[in-house]
Amino acid sequence: MSGPGASGLLLGAVAYDPKVVTIWDGFRAWLREQGLEFDYVLYSNYERQAVDLVAGRVDLAWNSPLAWVRARRMALAAGVSLVPVTMRDTDCDLRSLVLVRQDSPVADLAGLRGRVVATGAVDSPQATLLPMLALRDAGLAPGTDVAVRRFDVGVGLHGDHVGGERDAARALIAGTADAACMIDSNLLLFAREGILPPGSTRVVGQTALYDHCTMTAGPSATPALVEELRGLLLGMSYGDPRLRPLLDMEGLKQWRPPRLSGYAQLERAVDAAGFYDASGGISASEYRP
Amino acid sequence: MPASIDLEGLGLDAGGHLLVLRGLAALGAGDQLTVTGRHPALAVQLAAWCRAQGHHVAGSTGPDAPGPLLVTKGRAEEQRWLGAVRAGDPGGRPERRADPRWGLAARGALVEAGGPPIGAEWADREHVWADVAPRLYAAATAAHWDPATAVDWSAATDLPAEVERAVVQVMTYLVENEQAALVIPARLLAQVHPHFREVIQLLAAQAADEARHVEVFTRRGLLSGGPLGTSSAGGRASLQTLLAEPDFTTAGFLLSVLGEGTFLELLRFLHARAPDPVTADVARLALRDEARHVAFGVAHTAHAVRADRAYLGVLRSAVERRHATLLDTAGLNAEVFDALVLLAAGSWSPEAIGRGWAAVRQLQADMDSGRRRRLAYIGFPDDEAAELSALHTRNFM
Repeated sequence: MSGPGASGLLLGAVAYDPKVVTIWDGFRAWLREQGLEFDYVLYSNYERQAVDLVAGRVDLAWNSPLAWVRARRMALAAGVSLVPVTMRDTDCDLRSLVLVRQDSPVADLAGLRGRVVATGAVDSPQATLLPMLALRDAGLAPGTDVAVRRFDVGVGLHGDHVGGERDAARALIAGTADAACMIDSNLLLFAREGILPPGSTRVVGQTALYDHCTMTAGPSATPALVEELRGLLLGMSYGDPRLRPLLDMEGLKQWRPPRLSGYAQLERAVDAAGFYDASGGISASEYRP
Repeated sequence: MPASIDLEGLGLDAGGHLLVLRGLAALGAGDQLTVTGRHPALAVQLAAWCRAQGHHVAGSTGPDAPGPLLVTKGRAEEQRWLGAVRAGDPGGRPERRADPRWGLAARGALVEAGGPPIGAEWADREHVWADVAPRLYAAATAAHWDPATAVDWSAATDLPAEVERAVVQVMTYLVENEQAALVIPARLLAQVHPHFREVIQLLAAQAADEARHVEVFTRRGLLSGGPLGTSSAGGRASLQTLLAEPDFTTAGFLLSVLGEGTFLELLRFLHARAPDPVTADVARLALRDEARHVAFGVAHTAHAVRADRAYLGVLRSAVERRHATLLDTAGLNAEVFDALVLLAAGSWSPEAIGRGWAAVRQLQADMDSGRRRRLAYIGFPDDEAAELSALHTRNFM
């Protein structure tokens, strides 16, 4: 049995969907076959997982970008170090968009002054925090210069639950919001779902590129085992018929070496929104994960 | 110079990705495709799509300048088809052994590696196949008839009450038998590897045939408004031994070669001696279908025996086993036998009954010689064929 500080690795992951069990059961079986003692525990939200990572109750955390920001701040305050392990190829260079209806008079973000902007859940980096930063950068204070209509679905899941974004898109089409915020890939997803018919919307603003999830090792992880895990994950091939369904479910074609250069924008968004304090404490007043 | 594609005004939210896919299809991993277009969100759409597909995109992905975008093809598609195999030859004969990993794939499809293996019991060609199967399936489809129109249900059936009761008894017996003949191919086909699709199709057509037979025999039985006849314990016991047979070839042999083979004579008899046109019609229609079922049963059993002559021993012991199981049962429902006599006689006059009795005796002799002929065709020596025919259930099916 692996566990923190033992001869194996224990990873924390958030159960944002039932498929998470299938994914990590599959990865666990494969990793064990490769000789790595590996196990996982599931969390109902990212906040507890970040706390447990820094406290050494799990060796690794499969972090959302926001969970990484929090864990980094907490670790800094606690004087412990975190080691980035890997990320998915699909975690690099994402962009969030602000959409209006095609016939809207709004031409750019500044044009949203005095209007209603629909967002995802309070803790969604891609559909709330980052687009709100883009509004601020355009000179608009959310809640003051623009009204924010937030769709708090799956709070605590850091936007992994797509429901909030979907509701924001619906609100845009229904005319109860003037703009909606979403990650670029959901522009295509919602088109396929028929929520955003082709030609019905227009992009009036977008964030700079940013990175998404990242796997992080905490203070309890044995460095050599972390290296072994990284090697195994990076060696996973999409050509392996046993791994392919798991990789498809997890939404990647290959694991890649981690980078930390893609989170500066979110750090700024978190500060601007007052979401976490400098030590990683939750300071957002309306956040109940 | 990279390949290029112009999406014009089409977005990836309205099918544009199909054109990109088409452009990438001809390229190898690492090759580049230039994508141009006028859709205002093309750059963000393409970036999101490429990321999910494992391709890399470069160029002016920024907000306002959808200049040419350069897509570098990733390896995912190539990796996905590593180890993919063709599930046999679509036009030719099925493979000798169907791979469980082909699952439900069409014969001849390119099968991606992975996915659950199918748990089909019969994956060996010799266990299920007959070369005549595709032709029999085509014939079955072409001969499909509609119970509502193929029979003139308004034709007069004003028979003497006792003759009508005899017809109703025979129909009641036929329904029971056809229900067994429906359930068995339906059960077998679920266990045949889909690679042998003509066999599955044929068994499905056979089950559908029997469904129609159940319908028309029931309808004829109820035509005079009276109650149906009796169902004997021995008759049902005999039929249920067929349901219990686990082996494909043996089940088909017992049902189609011996049972339905025997029924061919019975249906011919009913058609020839039917006291009314509706009875004659339903017997004729069923006879036509049953002849196909028997043809497949005989052809497949002969095929299996040709592949392995020792199979004759398996078939023989199946007949003996069934006979031993049924020794203590009454066999044919006495009411059915009597009804056949009366149906053939047409009246209660001693002379007519004598004629009917002789006709049914002749029917039994015809059934026996038909069985012997089919057993000999399959490969049994004549003496053994006679012996096995004699062991066949007294219940006909």
